[in-house]
This record gives sequence, structure tokens and C-alpha cells, in this order.
Amino acid sequence: MSAIYKREVGSYFTSPVGYAVLAAFTFFSGIFFYVQCLYTGTTNMSGVFQSMFFIVLFIIPLLTMRSFADDRRNKTDQALLTAPVSIPSVVLSKFLSCLTIFGLCLLSFIIQGIAMTILAKADWSVIIGNVFGMLIMGASFISIGLFISSLTESSIVAGIVSFVVNVLISLFDTVGYTVKWAPLTNVLSALSFQGKYANFSIGLFSLADIVFFVTVTALFLFLTDRMVEKRRWA
Amino acid sequence: MIKVRKLTKYYVRNKALDNVSFTLKEGEILGFLGPNGAGKSTTMNIITGYLSSDSGSVEIDGINILDNPTAAKKKIGYLPEIPPLYNDMTVKGYLEFMFRLKKVRLPMKEHINSICEKVKISDVKEKIIKSLSKGYRQRVGLAQALIGDPPVLILDEPTVGLDPQQIIEIRRLIRELGQKHTIILSSHLLSEVQAVCDKILIINNGRIVADELKSSLTGTGASTEKLRIIAEGRKQQVQSLLQKVDGVTRVTDMGEAEKGCCEFTVDSRRDVRRLIFRAFAKTDFNILEMCPVEMSLEDTYLNIITGKNDTKEDAADVGNL
Repeated sequence: MSAIYKREVGSYFTSPVGYAVLAAFTFFSGIFFYVQCLYTGTTNMSGVFQSMFFIVLFIIPLLTMRSFADDRRNKTDQALLTAPVSIPSVVLSKFLSCLTIFGLCLLSFIIQGIAMTILAKADWSVIIGNVFGMLIMGASFISIGLFISSLTESSIVAGIVSFVVNVLISLFDTVGYTVKWAPLTNVLSALSFQGKYANFSIGLFSLADIVFFVTVTALFLFLTDRMVEKRRWA
Repeated sequence: MIKVRKLTKYYVRNKALDNVSFTLKEGEILGFLGPNGAGKSTTMNIITGYLSSDSGSVEIDGINILDNPTAAKKKIGYLPEIPPLYNDMTVKGYLEFMFRLKKVRLPMKEHINSICEKVKISDVKEKIIKSLSKGYRQRVGLAQALIGDPPVLILDEPTVGLDPQQIIEIRRLIRELGQKHTIILSSHLLSEVQAVCDKILIINNGRIVADELKSSLTGTGASTEKLRIIAEGRKQQVQSLLQKVDGVTRVTDMGEAEKGCCEFTVDSRRDVRRLIFRAFAKTDFNILEMCPVEMSLEDTYLNIITGKNDTKEDAADVGNL
């Protein structure tokens, strides 16, 4: 398992993808940090995290799109699936490697926190809570992206579909407001990522939200495992 | 060592494999022969656990691949039709990755170095796989299969894309490996299977159509012998002369070879060359040519695959490919 994990993490840095993702994330979080904290002179970083929600929607498909699709197209899945490792551990390794790169992206917030500490008094509990919230929300998006990547041989298709799905998920709230039918509104808001993430970004740490993201992650990792297993029967 | 029983596999509604069964003892090299799309790769993918069969079972060294896939997979080194290479890695990095992936408990550096020596890729170890030629890629794929020294090697068309010299080298290597490993090798090149394997399995349309030792398939050691004779003299008289020779079962007229000469093939139960010579010596007819006709694997193969008998010309075409 650690072999696959190491190779996957390494592969982000033998291609431009890892660098591009890290650069884009740092660039946008820097801009938001400058505009919303430094320029307006506030230590409240909540706005930065809320703005970054949409960047995460873009970034995660870039991380996940190749993981299963490329393996299938290059037939390297034959090496993985005929090696003495189980499918769940293959899925988990790929998931953890994506999460690692995403975690590296989030380090940019720590740097901003340090900058904040130097300039004023930073509220580290909010920063840590936000980073944690973004990490587990990211984990959910990653597992969805991995699942979509396991459906196709084309990483481009996987990337586009993942992005569309992510945007649709982010629209749950908006659609929920406009639909004047209570049951649907309730379902959509219950499934909304953004609403739960917003709780984290204003410093609300609710167990229900954590459980939600962990459940979504586990569900899609399970589906990915099933999908890879199903290919053996096709 | 390998026991395959009644494998059946459907691709949607297409029956890709139909009741494929065979067994292989330790140290044997099995050649898997068949036209494209016959089911060679599918069978290999099932044996290695990459695909599942719809029914039937595979046992590697007594371990069922479905009951205990991890333990069974540890015993197999697999080179698929397209080598499973990560293009962004160096050869060394890739082999180290495969070494860790297979959880091998041998000294890594020495093990990888010795494999690289064996398949002759030591000089490209630091290169990125993307930049390698087809022949080198194939050899890196073979190296990957050898990692961990698995007792069973499954090689799907191992010499595809290699130049003739490399093909000879790889065949020699496979024969060498066959002393310690049990090997299944697929090919659509008959000469390759003939050169390397002990046992041959011919598969067509998902069915095993012949499962025999190479010797019995090629006809050496078989109960009938065939001779080709070109003789000078009148056809009828030569033919009746041949028919009278003790042991001859059939004389087939092959037409006029050159002016005044006729050609026959003679089937017999035993070696009749001396008797024929003496029979001719008593007459005015001369033997210009007499040679044994060995039924080649190609003839047999084409007979089996196409169900035709007279396939000499086709076989010659295949041989030239």
C-alpha cells in the first residue's frame, strides 16, 4: 500500500500537475488573503476560506482525474491488480495521495496565519478549524473525483465530469432557495457541502458536519472499490 | 503447479472462453497458441486474477485465486500484452516500485541489479521509461514480472516488438528461466512456441482445440512416417513398385517434378528408406531425391484451426510472416 501511495505522490511532481495545483492554490489564497485581510485590515480570515471554496471545486478534479483513468488507459492497472495487494488498499492509497497534495495546498493558510501573527494577533483556533473543515470537505470531493475517474479511461472526461458534479453540488443551496417545495429544499440543504463548510469557516465546529463529510468520503471510496472490482467481471 | 478447471467467461453475451481446462507441472513451459482474439489474453488475465471468470477455478500451487488472491498473486509474475509501465518513472524507480508493491523480502538493490543483468537493461536503468524504445519497454516489462522470483511466470506475447536478435535472446532467457520456473507463454508465432515450449495448447474461439506434448503434435515419434520421393521413370511403374515395398501403407501421386520424373509421398508404418532403395536398385529407375516429411507444427496448427487438411501452402505463408 505504501508503495502505491509513494508512487502516486511522486507522480504529481514528475508531471506539472502537482506544481500547477500548488501554485494555483497558493496564488488564489494569497490574493484573497491580501484583499480580505491585509487590505481591509482585519484578522478575520473567514472570508478567505469562503472564497477558496470555489477554487477547491476547480482544483480537486485536477488532482483526481488521472488516478484511475490513466491507469486503465496505460494498462498499469494490470500491474496493480495482479500484485498481492487488495483493491481497497489500492483505492485508499490513491485517495491518501490526493489528500496529501491537497493538504500541502492548505499549508498556504498556515503561512498566512504566521504572517498574521507577526502583524497582529491571529485567531489560530479559527485558522486550524478552517483548515480542518476544508480538509475533510476536500476529502469528500476527492473521493467523488476518484469515483468518477474510475468510470472512464479518459482523464479529460473524468476531470470535466468531476468539475461539473462539484459545481452541481455547490448549487444545492441556491437551487434549494429557489424551489418552493419544502421536502426538496430540505433534502438539498441536508446534502449541501457549502452550508456545512460555511459553518466551519465561521468557526462552528459541529460533529454532524464532520460525520457528513466522513460519510460521503467513505461512501464514494466504497463505490470506487466496487467499480474497480466490477471491471474484473465485465 | 497450475491447475485450470472449466474456465468460462462471457463478455456481455459473447462467450470468450468455453470450458478451458489444463494443468501444468512444475518446471514445464506451456505454449499458448491461437489466432488473435482466440482467448489467450483472457485466459492469462483470469489466471493472474486481473479478470474474474464466470465459472471455473484456477489454482496456483494449490492456492485458489478466488479464495486467497493475495497469496496466489504472490506466486505469479505477469507480463501482460502491453507492459504495465509508468511512463513518468525511471526504469530503476519503476522496478523499485514493483519490488515494494509485490512486498518482496529480498535485498532490493542486488535483486533488481541481477534482474537487469538478466534481461539486459542495466544500461538504461536511469532513463525515463517514456523515452525507451519498444524493445526496451518489453524487456522492462519482463524484468517487472521477474521481480520477487515468483515460481510461476505468465508471459503474454513476450517477444512482440523485439528485433530478431532480441527475440533469440529472450527465447534463450525463457528457456533458462524454465529450469526453475513454471511458465505459460502465449504467442501467435508458431516457431516461437516450437522453439521454447514443452507443451502446447491450441486455443480457438475460446475453446481448447489441442492439448498435447509438442513431440506428438509435430508428429515426430508418431506411428506413421512420411517420405517424399522423386524418381526417374514411368509413373505407373514407379508407383506400383513403391506400393509393393513392405510396410508402405499409401503412395500419393504428387505429379511430375521435372521432365521424366515423378514425385510421390509415401506413408509407412516404419522406416522404409532402405527397402525402397533396394527395390529401386533392382530396376532401371533412379531415385533422385528421398527425404522424410515431418508434419510441421504449422501444418498441424492450421489443420486444427481451420479444419482443413491440405494447408501446406497456407502454412508456408504463415511461416514466412
